Amino acid sequence: MNDITDLEVREGVDRETVETVANMGSYKYGWDTEIEMEYAPKGLSEDIVRLISEKNGEPEWMTDWRLKAYRRWVTMQEPSWAMLNYPEIDFQDQYYYARPKSMEAKPKSLDEVDPKLLATYEKLGIPLKEQMILAGVEGADAAPADGRKVAVDAVFDSVSVGTTFKDELAKAGVIFCSISEAIREHPELVQKYLGSVVPPTDNFYATLNSAVFSDGSFVYIPPGVTCPMELSTYFRINAENTGQFERTLIIADKGSYVSYLEGCTAPKRDTAQLHAAVVEIVVLEDAEVKYSTVQNWFPGDEDGNGGIYNFVTKRADCREARAKVMWTQVETGSAITWKYPSCVLRGDDSQGEFYSIAITNNHQQADTGTKMIHLGKNTRSRIVSKGISAGKAQNTYRGLVSMHPKATNSRNYTQCDSLLIGDKCGAHTVPYIEVKNASSRVEHEATTSKVDDDQLFYCRQRGMDEEEAVAVIVNGFAKEVLQALPMEFAMEAQSLVAISLEGSVG
Amino acid sequence: MLKINNLHAKLEDEDKQILKGVSLEVPAGEVHAIMGPNGSGKSTTSYVLSGRDGYEVTDGSATLYGEDLLEMEPEERAAAGLFLAFQYPVEIPGVGNMTFLRTALNAQRKRRGEEELSAAEFLKLIREKGKALNIDADMLKRPVNVGFSGGEKKRNEILQMAVLEPKMCILDETDSGLDVDAMRLVADGVNALRAPDRAFLVITHYQRLLDHIRPDVVHIMSDGKIVKTGGPELALEVEQNGYADLLSEVA
Ligand SMILES: Nc1ncnc2c1ncn2[C@@H]1O[C@H](COP(=O)(O)OP(=O)(O)OP(=O)(O)O)[C@@H](O)[C@H]1O
Ligand SMILES: [Mg+2]
Repeated sequence: MNDITDLEVREGVDRETVETVANMGSYKYGWDTEIEMEYAPKGLSEDIVRLISEKNGEPEWMTDWRLKAYRRWVTMQEPSWAMLNYPEIDFQDQYYYARPKSMEAKPKSLDEVDPKLLATYEKLGIPLKEQMILAGVEGADAAPADGRKVAVDAVFDSVSVGTTFKDELAKAGVIFCSISEAIREHPELVQKYLGSVVPPTDNFYATLNSAVFSDGSFVYIPPGVTCPMELSTYFRINAENTGQFERTLIIADKGSYVSYLEGCTAPKRDTAQLHAAVVEIVVLEDAEVKYSTVQNWFPGDEDGNGGIYNFVTKRADCREARAKVMWTQVETGSAITWKYPSCVLRGDDSQGEFYSIAITNNHQQADTGTKMIHLGKNTRSRIVSKGISAGKAQNTYRGLVSMHPKATNSRNYTQCDSLLIGDKCGAHTVPYIEVKNASSRVEHEATTSKVDDDQLFYCRQRGMDEEEAVAVIVNGFAKEVLQALPMEFAMEAQSLVAISLEGSVG
Repeated sequence: MLKINNLHAKLEDEDKQILKGVSLEVPAGEVHAIMGPNGSGKSTTSYVLSGRDGYEVTDGSATLYGEDLLEMEPEERAAAGLFLAFQYPVEIPGVGNMTFLRTALNAQRKRRGEEELSAAEFLKLIREKGKALNIDADMLKRPVNVGFSGGEKKRNEILQMAVLEPKMCILDETDSGLDVDAMRLVADGVNALRAPDRAFLVITHYQRLLDHIRPDVVHIMSDGKIVKTGGPELALEVEQNGYADLLSEVA
């Protein structure tokens, strides 16, 4: 029996939730910044593609790459297999490029960046100053004393505003910059890897992204290097009627390690906005990448107006032996989510993991999941998906596990749990399983439960109000996934859970 | 402290009357016991007092310190000092026992306009209370009641009571399913909390618990009503002769 005096408190996380619930405003990132913007004309054509390429100062090979994608895209159809219902998107009624006027001449360092832009990120709680971030920031009594550094790349509408800690990262040989800068400064890496995981022909949205992506982040970790700090990108959509198309490319060379965080917010608007990003991760021999997302785009109002339409293609290629990748996502925002972060387990003994919390409330719809493509021998994958639906929301888990003939002795474990709050919402599980060799094994478990009235009453009898009670129960339901997040993000995610479920009971 | 007068309650979705005029009064500083046959409405009384959904009060009143309990939300009743140790404590997967309890305590404190406890202060408090109830660190870390044995669940209810320090404690068959030692711990826990400004309403089937927690008053409930009220000797009578004689006597 453990003695009680050995006990350590490691919480803070749940505190935060409760406090957040108490001071809740429905979408706290819903304000916009008045910044003079420069737009490309509305609509999409070869000229617009050329213009974007020119604005980014790209070499010809890049322009050609985009044009090829564009020509392909015009022949493609929007996919309709997902369990999503939304009005037709008029792709000609969008701006494909917007950037703050002040960014016309690229600032050389963060000191030169428009203070209004920096203030925007400050208001979002994202430090663009190079400073220590204490793990757990406020209210974390258990924060480690040594603090942690997180390097940030901030993308505002179409352009990267700036990247912190560049010098310190450079000392370790790590390249962390905007993708437009990488195209100019590291063309050999970009040419070798861009489109090698998600080819420009992959799917409708990825092809669109390949033609018009404006910016995003680029990461290269050299052989044997453990990245000395967390890397993160914060995406902010600000301009109206503007699609955001970021492109992220991460390359972990042999024996390297990196943990990467992605956060997203957008102002409240009553018209829907399009977001079609592509993330490509290349993991070489013995390397490991952790990619965490807290997606908190504006979900639309209670009646289903506005919100972000989020069509994202994320894929990691474990290209060589013993490569390892872990996707963790907390999806609370967006009106529409269409997203399947995937792992191609090509190298022998490579491993892929996917941990997901998808919360839908009001009229939100999410069709999300993962694909685990086992190509190499002895490959392992693990999927833990927690779907939470409230209000009139629909939440679909769609997952593919595929064991190819050569992927002998491979294993997959899938656990897929759905939690319903109220009786007007829905949860759906659509697993696709293909096993083409006899020595591999796939295990799938799925549960659906409701937030139980007895649990709610128990919490309320102990003093919590209904919203606190729901937040506590839901955070408990999603615990395995929250635990997979880096500590700072776990807190943010817990409070997001509470915020996004506001008004879901009673 | 607690005054229940002619309380009538029926099921919300069914035309079934369960409480048919419960009246009793528990003054501050006293311990009262309720005994009565299965299905007589003991648990229902505790649920109606604490505000669980599914029941409709059709007549009568219930007040705590003169305040109308029936008008309040369950969490308001809790903050006002009403605590129910459940007959069947609920499991909450994934939520650490300590996190749960700290969230609850601070929610109550906040509602009452009191300062919330920091992690350190809370840790000190729970260590102290846990020790007395022989609740080890492992049990505090585990998710609320998940995988707890019957006896552990009941001890956990008493731990929550000890930490929340309510004014009016209702214990619904907290003694059922406890071994002799656990029964002692629970009884000691209750006795340690006895105070001039606190009262207990202990629902039980057995004299055993009442040997340890000496009640001031014993009520017998049958078919939705208190049919007899007396001293501790009433419990002994039930233990020896069962309810049949008692009930025929009042009928
Ligand atoms: N939600 C419900 N639906 C149907 N019947 C109910 C409900 N709640 C209570 N009852 C009925 O009301 C009566 C009183 O139940 P209650 O649980 O209060 O009894 P009790 O005195 O606590 O019994 P025990 O000693 O067995 O715990 C029983 O007949 C029970 O079946
Ligand atoms: Mg009962």
